[in-house]
This record gives sequence, structure tokens and C-alpha cells, in this order.
Amino acid sequence: MEFAREKASLDIQGLTLSYAGKPALKDLTLRIPRNKVTAFIGPSGCGKSTLLRSLNRLHDLNEDVTREGSIHLEGHDIHDPRVSVAELRRRVGMVFQAPNPFPMSIYENVAFGLRLQGRMSKRRIDDVVEWALKSAALWDEVKGRLRASAWSLSGGQQQRLVIARTLAVEPEVLLLDEPASALDPISTLKIEELIRTLKPHLTLVLVTHNMQQAARVSDYTAYLHNGELVEYGPTDTLFTHPRLRRTENYITGRMVG
Amino acid sequence: MKIPGHAAATGASRRWQGEGPWAWLSAAAVALSLLMLGALLVLLATRGLGHFWPADLHQLRLADGQRLIGVPVETRQLPDDSGYERRYFTANRDHQGGIWTWVAEDAIEQDRTPNDLIVLQRGRWGAFFGRLVAVVTETERFGGDRAWQALRQRLDHLEELRQQSESLRRDHILPLIRQMERMKEHSRLSEQLTELEQQALTLQRAMTGTVLVLETADGKRFEQPLESVLDAWHPNSMGSVEKLAHWSRGVWQFLSEGPRDANAAGGVWPAIFGTVLMVMLMSLLVTPFGVLAAVYLNEVAHQGRLTRWVRIGVRNLAGVPSIVYGVFGLGVFVYGIGGSLDRLFYADTLPSPTFGTGGLLWASLTLALLTLPVVIVATEEGLARIPLHQREGALALGATHFETLTRVVLPMATPAMLTGVILAVARAAGEVAPLMLVGVAKLAPQVPVDGEFPFLHLERKFMHLGYHIYDAAFHSNDVQAALPLVYATALLLVLVILVLNLTAIFLRHYLRLRHGVPVRR
Ligand SMILES: Nc1ncnc2c1ncn2[C@@H]1O[C@H](COP(=O)(O)OP(=O)(O)OP(=O)(O)O)[C@@H](O)[C@H]1O
Ligand SMILES: [Mg+2]
Repeated sequence: MEFAREKASLDIQGLTLSYAGKPALKDLTLRIPRNKVTAFIGPSGCGKSTLLRSLNRLHDLNEDVTREGSIHLEGHDIHDPRVSVAELRRRVGMVFQAPNPFPMSIYENVAFGLRLQGRMSKRRIDDVVEWALKSAALWDEVKGRLRASAWSLSGGQQQRLVIARTLAVEPEVLLLDEPASALDPISTLKIEELIRTLKPHLTLVLVTHNMQQAARVSDYTAYLHNGELVEYGPTDTLFTHPRLRRTENYITGRMVG
Repeated sequence: MKIPGHAAATGASRRWQGEGPWAWLSAAAVALSLLMLGALLVLLATRGLGHFWPADLHQLRLADGQRLIGVPVETRQLPDDSGYERRYFTANRDHQGGIWTWVAEDAIEQDRTPNDLIVLQRGRWGAFFGRLVAVVTETERFGGDRAWQALRQRLDHLEELRQQSESLRRDHILPLIRQMERMKEHSRLSEQLTELEQQALTLQRAMTGTVLVLETADGKRFEQPLESVLDAWHPNSMGSVEKLAHWSRGVWQFLSEGPRDANAAGGVWPAIFGTVLMVMLMSLLVTPFGVLAAVYLNEVAHQGRLTRWVRIGVRNLAGVPSIVYGVFGLGVFVYGIGGSLDRLFYADTLPSPTFGTGGLLWASLTLALLTLPVVIVATEEGLARIPLHQREGALALGATHFETLTRVVLPMATPAMLTGVILAVARAAGEVAPLMLVGVAKLAPQVPVDGEFPFLHLERKFMHLGYHIYDAAFHSNDVQAALPLVYATALLLVLVILVLNLTAIFLRHYLRLRHGVPVRR
């Protein structure tokens, strides 16, 4: 299988995760290939977001969460005590469902991650901000008003700003949790377009409820149900010849309905 | 398509907005509150500000031959319904005993407003109503028409001398005395002091020597030393413009000068200054403490039972009567901490206390303590309102907990903090009870900020508008006479609180704009 030859960026082994003793992920094992788009699909509450948030250790804040199993990023255990969480989160960026720009100017939003990394010349920050906004296909819309409040942008622009903000720290992996579910069709298309252009540069993981979207942009798809990995494979195969009945029901149920 | 729940919801909200008894009742409640607030302000403004208007002086001749000069104040019906009687403010406390006279309207034979009547504002005994007969200096006598001119000239000159002598006392003599108190060896300084006192005496002497010959309504003449006169005017010969100018000057003096005559007259500048300074110091003290405490409770502490109890405790502290805080401040700050400070650093001036007595610092601290719960609660609410995904957004970019807090959470919570400070200011500026225990003074004409190192004197006592009201209303010789000043001071207190609040509100508005937070109501 072609899948087996892909180089893994993230390697998840036997991951079990519980909220206050209630398991939300059950013994998951999957490898996420480098420079590809991997989609997580599955019914609401099946654990997609939980899985995504494990990948940059956002669960660390929640005292109720317990975890077993391991996750390796480029061969290194992300739970190794020597790993700095801040560093990990820079390498594994995340974009949430609702756009969450900070209450500052557009420019400052994009520069936020850079400023956290210490002193940097104004020129360098200017360059990175421009580059990130261009990469997020937002530059042309905002170049004249970088000092305006980020909250003055439209929802779709805000989401692309958040992507630009994440790109500015040059992550290796970009996690997208239903990035377009709060957006109109045109903004959604722009985000999908963006995902395609970013693919050569980084590994993308996309959670979506939209089957067409998954089919359109992803290379690999994982179908989760009730915290378990049901089926995982190249998107074409999974959507046209799913191995399991359950997968087929879910996909077709959504596609027809 | 019809959505049943939707229709019901809009129906209900429409009823709430415009129909039914509830809407009327709540509108009436709002209207009543506004009306009462308006009435209060109008009362304070007319009673308080009217006092500075140079009202016409009436010269009356009564049926029994008695003559008097006064300003009508109020009219009431006689007890037996036979007519009305008027109350006149007749001043001249030193000559008639009282300053009020009731006159039955029927008894008035003649009521005129002659142009030559004058009002003298005096340092003691309040105002004088009557006529100026002559101005007598050591060498000359100015009678008739020349008297008024001579008086005006000399009053202006006197004012200059007074200011010189005041600045000599304030800027040179007092600092020197304080310096001497601090130092052991001061033979050189005492020489300097003698010299300065000599200068003061010379000034003093330059002011004396001239007397005014005055005549009261019943024709009695007496002499009044010029140096005890502060101002003089002819109300009956003044036009509206002149009166307005006089009124403005009166209001300005009220705002810019110190009190006279045991707080029953004069201005309230030290009290304004003291109130504002105390409130600002209080805000400076309470904001960091309150914000830190709220951040700890909301962001750092484990959200367990202990935190919950602490939170309940904080909320209940807001309900403790303010006088209790005063007692606490007196016991802990003044006697406890202040006493220890004195023993440690000011041992040479003991037994006269420096920090071991009420003062600006202790008063501000006490009020900071009093308003701490308000700031904590408001800030905590602001912090709790910040959506989780804002914090996660920062964390996901590699920000630490602390960076998330300082760069995203706290800036977003600033408007809430300022709301807390606004509430704190509103509460603190009106508090009087605890201040009486920890540092307010009946009379402290010297404001706690001056050119002497360290410029801001935290250990000094200060005056406060609220306490000034209380003092003028209950401790002056004649409450009736002091009443206009009480009203004016009360109006001023309201305005000062308003200005302090508006400042904070504008600051909050500006911060909201800067952080791009949409301005919510
Ligand atoms: N913070 C939390 N505390 C406790 N339980 C949680 C928490 N977050 C999620 N869960 C539970 O874990 C399970 C998986 O949730 P998760 O959010 O990962 O689902 P999801 O697949 O992302 O769903 P959706 O498609 O609706 O976003 C759910 O049963 C949910 O109730
Ligand atoms: Mg989810």
C-alpha cells in the first residue's frame, strides 16, 4: 500500500484519553504522513477534537484528563519531560472552529507569536507579517489597514488571519478543527484553496463534518466513532470503496442527506 | 415556513418592551429616580450658588421707628393668620447679637434700596451691612465720596500684602520650622527664623494703621480696622454685569481659597484637593491589589472548596459597614504600623507622632481596603467573561500561561477592572465615617502637596469635602448662616465624584477602542 511508504510526521501509538475517568479516545494507533492533508471525520462527540488537541498537548491545562500511549513528532516523544510545551505548540499550530483573533491590530495579531520568541528587529517582523498574510491569502485585503483592529474583519477574514498568525511562527504541522464550519461558502472555498497551497510546506490535519470538503482537500481520511479508529486510509479509497459497512453508512448517509 | 417557538418568543419580548403594567411601572420608577436626582441637584445648585449672588440691600423703617438693613430670605404666614412676616438676613453679628430679624409685613413703613449701602466681608464676625462714613489713616481722613475710593485702593493693596505674608509663612517659615524639628543642631536655622519672623512682622505692621468709620442702620457709628476687611461692595448700585462678575469671583474664591471663620465661611480648596488626592491615592493602591487578588482567585488558584470560601468571604467584605474599616485602620494602620514606623524612623521627634496619627496615607489605605472587594469582584467577572478560545489561541501559539495572562487576558479584562475602579471611586469619594478615625482634619489649610521635599506628604492630615459638610453643618456657630456653604460644598462633592467617574469612564472607553473590543452597553 502506498500509505505505508509515506513518511510519518506524527506517530500515535495506543493513545487512550479519558475525561475524569470517562474514555474519549480508545487505544488509537495511527500515523499522520508528512506534507499531506489528513482528515478526521466522524459523528459529533466521537473524539475528533480531543484527538487533535492531544497533538499539541492542549489537554495539559485540564487536570481531569488522563492519558496512556504515546505520540511522536518526527520521531521524538512529545511528552518527553525535556520537550518544552511552548516549543511543541509552535511546531504544531492549531486553528479553532470559531475565529479567535486577539483584541489587537491585524499586524499585532500576526506578530504575536514572533514577539513571544524574544527580541526581533522591526524589519524582520514586518517581513514575516507580510509573508504570513500572503501565505494565508489575506494580504491583498488588509495591506492598507494593518493597524486596524482585527475584530473589524469579516468572519472569513478573521479565520484566515488566525491561520496567518499560526503560520508566522512557521509550524511543521497545522491542526485545523472545523476551520470553515462557521463561514459562508465563498470563505469556505478560500480556506480550502489555502489548505491546498499550504500542503507542500507542512503537514495538515483537518477535522470536518463536511464529507465533500474532506473528499476535496484531504489525501488521507480517518473515520472515528465513539473514540475508536474505525477506518483509516487514502481518501479516494475510503470514499469509493470503504472496507467497513459502518464507514459507508456514515459517508453515504451524510452525502445523500 | 412557520417556527412556532420563534413567534411566541417575539410576542413575549414585544409585550415586555411596550405593553402591560410592568413596562409602565418600571418606566415610572426610572422617571421618579431621575426626578429626585434632578430635584436634588437643583436644590443644591440654587441654595448653594445663590449664596454668592450680591443681593440688593433693603433699608427698612418700621412702624415702631426701628430701622434695619437686610436681605429678605423667606416669607411665612403669621401664626394668627393676620398676615405675613419676612425674615431678613441683617448680618452685623457683633452689633446686633443675631444676624436674622423677623419683620411683620404690615409693620414696614418704608422699604428702600439706597445706592450708598455697602457690604463688608470681614475675617471675623461675618458680613457687615451699613454705610461707610470715612476712611482714617494715620495721617489723613477721607470722608464723603472719597471714602469709598480710598477703601477700594487700600483693599487692593492689603490683598497684595496678605498674599506676600501668606507665601512667606507657607513657603519659608513653616518648612524651616519643620526642618528644625527634625534636626538637633539648629542655631544657624534659628537665626534664619528670627530674620524671617522679622520680615513677617514688618508686613503685618504695614497692614495695620487704617480704620474705617462705619454706620449701622440705626445710625450708630463705630470703627473697624481695615486689616480685618476682606472685601467690600455696593450691591444696590451694581448692574447685572457687575453682579455677575462679583458672583463669578465669589464662586472662584469658594473653589480656590481656604476656609475662614471656623469653616463657616471662605472657600473649600484644601478640601477639594484633599478629596481628589485621597481618592486617587486610594485608586492607585486598590487597583494593583484588587487585580492581583482577582487574577489569583480566577487564574492561578485551584478551583476547589477553599477558593470558593475565599470568594464568598470577599463578597461579604463588601457589606461590612465602613466605620468598621475606620476602626480597623485606626488600630492596625495608625497605631500598629504607624506607631512602629515612628519608633523606628522618627524616634527623635517622639512623643509627637509622625505616622502614628491619622494621615493621608492611612486614610487612603483604609479606603483602599474598603473598596478592595468591589475591584476584586468586578475584575473576576471580567476575567471569567473572556472566552476560553481566546486563551487557547494564545497557548496554541506557544505562549506560556503567564504570557497568555499578560498579553491577552489582562488587556481584554481592563475595561472590567476600570469598572471596578469606577465603583470603588464612587464609593470611596463619598465615605466620611472611616476618615474621621484615620486622618481627616477639621482644618488643614495647607494641602499635602507642596514644594518641600518629598513634595507629597503622606503623613499629613487633610481636609475632605464630605467631612467639611458635616463640620460646617453641625459645628459652626450659626448653622443657618453656614447652610448655603453646606449646600455649595455638597454640590461640589457631587461634581467632584462625577468628574472622577467620568475620567475613569472615558479611560475605559478609550481602552475598549484601543483593544478593538466593541463597546457594549
Ligand atoms: N473538557 C471536557 N471535559 C469532559 N468531557 C469532554 C470534554 N471535552 C470533550 N469531552 C467529551 O469527550 C467526547 C469527545 O468530544 P470531542 O469534543 O472530542 O468530540 P468531537 O468529535 O470533536 O465532536 P464535534 O464534532 O461535535 O466537535 C465527548 O463525549 C465529549 O462529551
Ligand atoms: Mg469538535
